[in-house]
Amino acid sequence: MAVSFKVMRADDPFRDRYARGTRSMTASEIRALFAVASRPEIVSLAGGMPFTAALPFDVVGNVLEEVVANEGPAALQYAGGQGDPRLREVLTELMRHEGIRGSGGDVVVTEGSQQALDLISRMFCDPGDVIVAEGPSYVGALSAFSQYQVEVCHVPLDDDGLDPDALAATLERLERDGRRVKFLYTVPNFHNPAGVTLAADRRERVLELARKHHVLVLEDNPYGMLGFESDPPDALRALDPDNVVYLGSLSKVFCPGLRIGWALVPPALRERMVLVKEAADLCSSSFTQAVAYRWFADYPWRETLKDLRELYRGRRDVMLDALAEDVPAGVTWTKPTGGFYVWVRLPDHLDARAMLAKAITARVAYVPGGAFYADGQGASCLRLSYCFPPPDRIREGVRRLASVVDEELALARALGGLPAEAPDPDHGRPAGWGGVQ
Amino acid sequence: MTFDCSVAVIAGGLSFEREVSLRSGQRVADALRERGYRVSELDADHRLVETLGTGEFDVAFLALHGRFGEDGTVASILELLGIPYTGSSFEASRLAFDKLAAKSVLRRASLSVPSAIPLTEGALRELGVGALLDRAMDELGLPIVVKPNRGGSALGIRLVERPDQLPAALMAAFGYDDTVLLEQHVQGTELALAVVDGLPTLPAVEIRPKEGWYDFSARYTHGAADFRVPANLDQATADQCLKAAHAAHLALGCRDISRVDAILDPTGTCQILEVNTGPGLTSTSLVPMAADAAGLTFTDLAAHLTDRATARRPR
Repeated sequence: MAVSFKVMRADDPFRDRYARGTRSMTASEIRALFAVASRPEIVSLAGGMPFTAALPFDVVGNVLEEVVANEGPAALQYAGGQGDPRLREVLTELMRHEGIRGSGGDVVVTEGSQQALDLISRMFCDPGDVIVAEGPSYVGALSAFSQYQVEVCHVPLDDDGLDPDALAATLERLERDGRRVKFLYTVPNFHNPAGVTLAADRRERVLELARKHHVLVLEDNPYGMLGFESDPPDALRALDPDNVVYLGSLSKVFCPGLRIGWALVPPALRERMVLVKEAADLCSSSFTQAVAYRWFADYPWRETLKDLRELYRGRRDVMLDALAEDVPAGVTWTKPTGGFYVWVRLPDHLDARAMLAKAITARVAYVPGGAFYADGQGASCLRLSYCFPPPDRIREGVRRLASVVDEELALARALGGLPAEAPDPDHGRPAGWGGVQ
Repeated sequence: MTFDCSVAVIAGGLSFEREVSLRSGQRVADALRERGYRVSELDADHRLVETLGTGEFDVAFLALHGRFGEDGTVASILELLGIPYTGSSFEASRLAFDKLAAKSVLRRASLSVPSAIPLTEGALRELGVGALLDRAMDELGLPIVVKPNRGGSALGIRLVERPDQLPAALMAAFGYDDTVLLEQHVQGTELALAVVDGLPTLPAVEIRPKEGWYDFSARYTHGAADFRVPANLDQATADQCLKAAHAAHLALGCRDISRVDAILDPTGTCQILEVNTGPGLTSTSLVPMAADAAGLTFTDLAAHLTDRATARRPR
């Protein structure tokens, strides 16, 4: 048979042409597992999807109709890059709940706060720069940062959030080493993934440290209005308007499908941020901005939010009760007072990533803790979400997880405990986690 | 072949290789439609039996990889329903999927396979086999490959170079199967050998390391290796490897299509790692790559396999 000679590339003929910032975005074992985790047979405690089915769809339908009827041509037209001025005013009203007195003129509307993370990184980060973030930290932020080839330096948190002493030590060390820290990224309220809230007395200290080291603070607050017992302390931005970029989002207090987030920036940053936003996508959707504006200006959104809070609180209770009931000794977890997540710590010698295949075979999914670190930490941790599955599924999911942990502990005991080190084909790929929120 | 042939392309399922399988299935469906077949794409889920039972399908194309597919599960359903399907029978798929069982069959057929020691989770947890791990490593000699006995792709596979790496590697492999193999690591030229019944022999595909940084984990990262078709082997050696692959396909009772993964070791022996009865059929999978190098389009390959299955339809 006549055969022509060819050298071919596996899977990807463009591989050697990609920009450096996206090279780490490879397929991974974990991605393959998540492809199965989305099947309905599996109780997914992995994704952080808001429970949009609880929204009053008749009312939402009215809003959509109103927008088309009353402002159709404008709502279907391009808009200004900074965002709909009416919406920006409404967003400043929302931020008053967190003690922020900002101007709509300093708000930039973005495609979810995820885009704001990207734009801020693009504005500030060069390859080799450092971003300081909590450890663990939001996986989507780590993905956004990784595109700019920065080094993320984690500072541990505890039940009261980011540890200021550890932050001080880290900032001093980085300064001594001559590293350029571009900003401190923090989720102070109902943290993703840890579920904890930065205590009021720590907030001032964190801001002081940032000012002392000339580090901008990037405050990401998608869950702040989802407190179950009480509202969180005032936002960092409320305490230091000149050195904090505040990121807000309608994804959790209304719905993520509109893709509306925003940045409230110090006035000095506004113009540059708008230019960067326009370069990225000209403007956010006029239509969804108009819908969001009307929802928050004319409709009883507070009632909907109260219903959502009640719903999530109930699910949180179910998850915490189930964990207390089912999970074997030696496993610990955080007790969130708001938001979507519980952070679980397994005994040190268990590896949550290695355990995931077994969990999915047992029909339950979670996110292994390593996803929330840029540096390979978090192996024995995992994140559980209670926001989406109904209570009976949460209970069942935790029960399944508990028996997997039991089995894994028995196996680890039989192997006489585990050394931490093993070749890990997925290490250092924060971008390969398959769209985990 | 008849164009009034209704084909169910079955892909996806609950396997950990679901994503790849869906891509294989999509590509097969596109190809068969282009050739004029009536094609339905079915996910291998709880509705599968009901859908297949409607009687509207003449033949099934299996584009499944991994558990609940490549292991014969779906083949057994199709046997019951009397629908002919592409690829190996339930028995052969099951046998090939069980790496340990396949090894003994291949060895009996005088083919070379790397030595392996099986370990079950039960033996570890209940019978204290952990105390014998050092002996197992001594017997095989480090480095060794730790892999789930059943399971496709490279999921759960780790290379163990030092004794202290073994426990974590075992934990990872037991995630995928309750039996794990400790296998001798064979150095050499990695080959993917396609066997397609009813076609002239397809050229061997060589999996080539990227110079300088290729290591075990890179091998299992998509896009981290290049492939060379035909392999850079002299004709006699290539023939010997292809012959071994064909013999392995026959020894396990495989049918229609297999991809035999092998390593040509420094002594010139073709060591067979595994025989895949549900090889990848994505745009850059290795069997289509070999077919392409032989001048056979993907559409030709998909139609060829479909027609072979259709010919098995009881008249």
